[in-house]
Amino acid sequence: MNPVATRRQFIGSAALVIGLALPAGRRAAVAAPAAPFSPNAFVRIAEDDTVTVIIKHVEFGQGPSTGLSTIVADELDADWGQMRMAFAPANDALYKNLQFGTMGTGGSTAMANSWMQMRNAGAAARAMLVEAAARRWRVPATEVTVSRGVVSHGRRKARFGELAAAASRLPVPEKPTLKTPEQWTLIGKDTPKLDSVSKSDGSAIFTLDIMRPGMVNAVILHPPAFGGRVAAVDKAAALAVPGVLAVETIPQGVVVYAEGTYPALKGRAALKVDWDLSQAETRSSETLIKVWAAAAATPGTQVEASGDVDGALKSAAKTIEAQYVFPYLAHAPMEPLDAVIEAKGDRVDIWMGSQWQVGETQAIAKAFGVAPDKATLHEQFAGGSFGRRATPNMDFAAEAGAAAAAYRDAPVKFAWTRENDIQGGRYRPLFVHRLRGGIDASGEIVAWDQVLAGQSIVIGTPLEAVVVKDGVDSTMVEGASESSYAWPNHRVGVHVMHSVVPPLWWRSVGNTHTAYTVETFLDEMLALGGKDPVAGRLARMKDARAKAVLTRVAELADWGRAAPAGHAFGVAMHKCFGTYVAQIAQVSRRADGLPRVHKVWCAVDCGVPINPNVIRAQMEGGIGYGLGHALYGDLKLGDGGRVQQSNFHDYRSLRIEEMPDVEVAVILSQEKPTGVGEPGLPPIAPAVANAWRRLTGRAVRRLPFAHGDNA
Amino acid sequence: MSTDFVLNGKPASFAGDPDTPLLWVLRDTLHLTGTKYGCGVAQCGACTVHLDGKNRRSCVTAVGSVAGRSVTTIEGAAGTTADALKRAWIAIDVPQCGFCQSGQIMSALGLLSARPDPSDDDIDHAMTGNICRCATYLRIRQAIKDAAASTKAAA
Repeated sequence: MNPVATRRQFIGSAALVIGLALPAGRRAAVAAPAAPFSPNAFVRIAEDDTVTVIIKHVEFGQGPSTGLSTIVADELDADWGQMRMAFAPANDALYKNLQFGTMGTGGSTAMANSWMQMRNAGAAARAMLVEAAARRWRVPATEVTVSRGVVSHGRRKARFGELAAAASRLPVPEKPTLKTPEQWTLIGKDTPKLDSVSKSDGSAIFTLDIMRPGMVNAVILHPPAFGGRVAAVDKAAALAVPGVLAVETIPQGVVVYAEGTYPALKGRAALKVDWDLSQAETRSSETLIKVWAAAAATPGTQVEASGDVDGALKSAAKTIEAQYVFPYLAHAPMEPLDAVIEAKGDRVDIWMGSQWQVGETQAIAKAFGVAPDKATLHEQFAGGSFGRRATPNMDFAAEAGAAAAAYRDAPVKFAWTRENDIQGGRYRPLFVHRLRGGIDASGEIVAWDQVLAGQSIVIGTPLEAVVVKDGVDSTMVEGASESSYAWPNHRVGVHVMHSVVPPLWWRSVGNTHTAYTVETFLDEMLALGGKDPVAGRLARMKDARAKAVLTRVAELADWGRAAPAGHAFGVAMHKCFGTYVAQIAQVSRRADGLPRVHKVWCAVDCGVPINPNVIRAQMEGGIGYGLGHALYGDLKLGDGGRVQQSNFHDYRSLRIEEMPDVEVAVILSQEKPTGVGEPGLPPIAPAVANAWRRLTGRAVRRLPFAHGDNA
Repeated sequence: MSTDFVLNGKPASFAGDPDTPLLWVLRDTLHLTGTKYGCGVAQCGACTVHLDGKNRRSCVTAVGSVAGRSVTTIEGAAGTTADALKRAWIAIDVPQCGFCQSGQIMSALGLLSARPDPSDDDIDHAMTGNICRCATYLRIRQAIKDAAASTKAAA
């Protein structure tokens, strides 16, 4: 089902900004023949009783299609079996992320921004079905009930499909009555995910699976260093490969078009390109670390300054000083970035698992020189992202658009190879932190001094105006400047470092490094002061929800018991994107000297738990993704600025035998729901590091664990 | 010169370069897209198919080498064990992004065909070559055990 055409006329209508309560006069135009009842932008009820929820967020595994549908189904009193999902078209007026102001997914905001929107959408539809039944049966609407997709009054019953046509002629209630939490039937329950069936038999369609008549396959060769450009291309050998159709140069590199992926790859391998590397980054990661570390030794821009840190350090009974190094990390989603683009006349059709739907559609329209409303996005499932599919400057859409526009004769499937992906930049930025801390004679922490140095993701992009305040990019210091703890003398400074290596948000953004330094340095300070890691944290937490998740995870793991011989426990707690997560890891030493994580206990408070099954899955996934990178993730620039890794053989992933058992406790919260896609990640690396220090006496301050410095 | 082989029980033929990896023949030419590209160098397992009943990475298998042999993809994976695996996968919602799961299921099917009642070590050994960046590994392990148990109960 594709609702694009039927709603195009509403673009820009201010009345639709909240995506609900369409003016009655326009409602008839909304209704598509396949779904006679379309009370708002999100709900479609067909004569066959199916309820389709229009999903405004990308689905790359974090479960928003199930979560958003659950909220609608509950308010609608639908049966879960009648629920279907369809992706929304690119349309900010109807489908913008209410926290972003444009369509987009990120910052674990899908549930948080849609919660009331989806409840209202479901409740409005329910009220209209009830009113239609009441009129048909000539009974008061207040006496009509709805349960599991059946509308009833006494012995009279009607299914949604039977009432759809009549309901569609009724006015849309502006403020429908919402359920109270006691009335929820699906929210808080483990509803099955809507996309599990098609993802378990090979039938789910991703962008890479889209086929168009006459389509050609295109692959790109990027410059060998960031900031490089094409100087000259010798196309002859590539064009001589059977099946290669064309070679074109675009600003991002050299594109080979062919009848199939294999000839395209052979053609790419045969290219002879002279690169202009005069503006390229030629420094190695080791050089960058030295430069960043020198900066981190000075105070930087002050983000947090309370009390008298220098005085407290001077008078402290004991102090610790430490430098931490975090490497660049690639996201490496299983499906490398891709798009299928087809131009006909002045129209452009786009098939993509877009994370930034309107911005990417506009970027591709621009590449073709057509007005934005001439480009149509057909949103697809995306094979993972972890942040990679959204960039402030729509880098991939611009590149795919340029590649397709340079070859106008046929639809183009433009797909990155894994090598493009690993070497393509947009990394979690390299960071160096310098910390100094002091405790008094009784072991209480009296001073905390932290300086961070790294690249900003947003400075110099269109998002700078939104994110940067008082010269500080908050995504660089989140989790350090505002942590869950209160220190009497607290200072945080930041240095914005510069390189043409493009940085990007990576599953939990700044929290990927700040949670590690805060939670491991804190653990060392507590140990220095003779404090228990759990009790010591609880004593300095200022937030009841933070205390509650830490207390819950300690109960779950039976904290305080002795670890089995050769094992140790470590704990960490971190709040990000409004969600609180605490984890305890049980760790031993592998034969190769790296940590083996046997089990992770996890407590999470994400507000009202819409679907605990999805929440548990995201904690498992965040732990696995975080652990894999903590152990192995090391994207290194070598001499001349060349990326040293190229594929999964040298950019190592967590594998099944390394996945710990995970036990998750979901707090039954009444707070507004917040996200779970990212917050499961930050605590795992520090929890493992804290266990490792207890086990081996060694504090890991250079990630990953596999780095030679930790041997 | 064309390459003839059996695909999901039916005759199939490819007229192009016999060096072409089977993965791209399946996807680009025959439009069987359940088999995925993830790395192209046999490091991730997303492209796993069965060649004469055994697990095979189609991204490094020249189509010429499968002449006269039998290839099974996720689309053709059928029978008691395959059905049990798919049911087990759905029952505990294994997939997240889902992109690697065809390969995971084909590797699991290869495992259960050889060892109907696998130990944890058997699962580690058989599945270590299949990367899941979403890290759905716990559920993959559980679903394999559930499928093994239900297949045994049905036998």
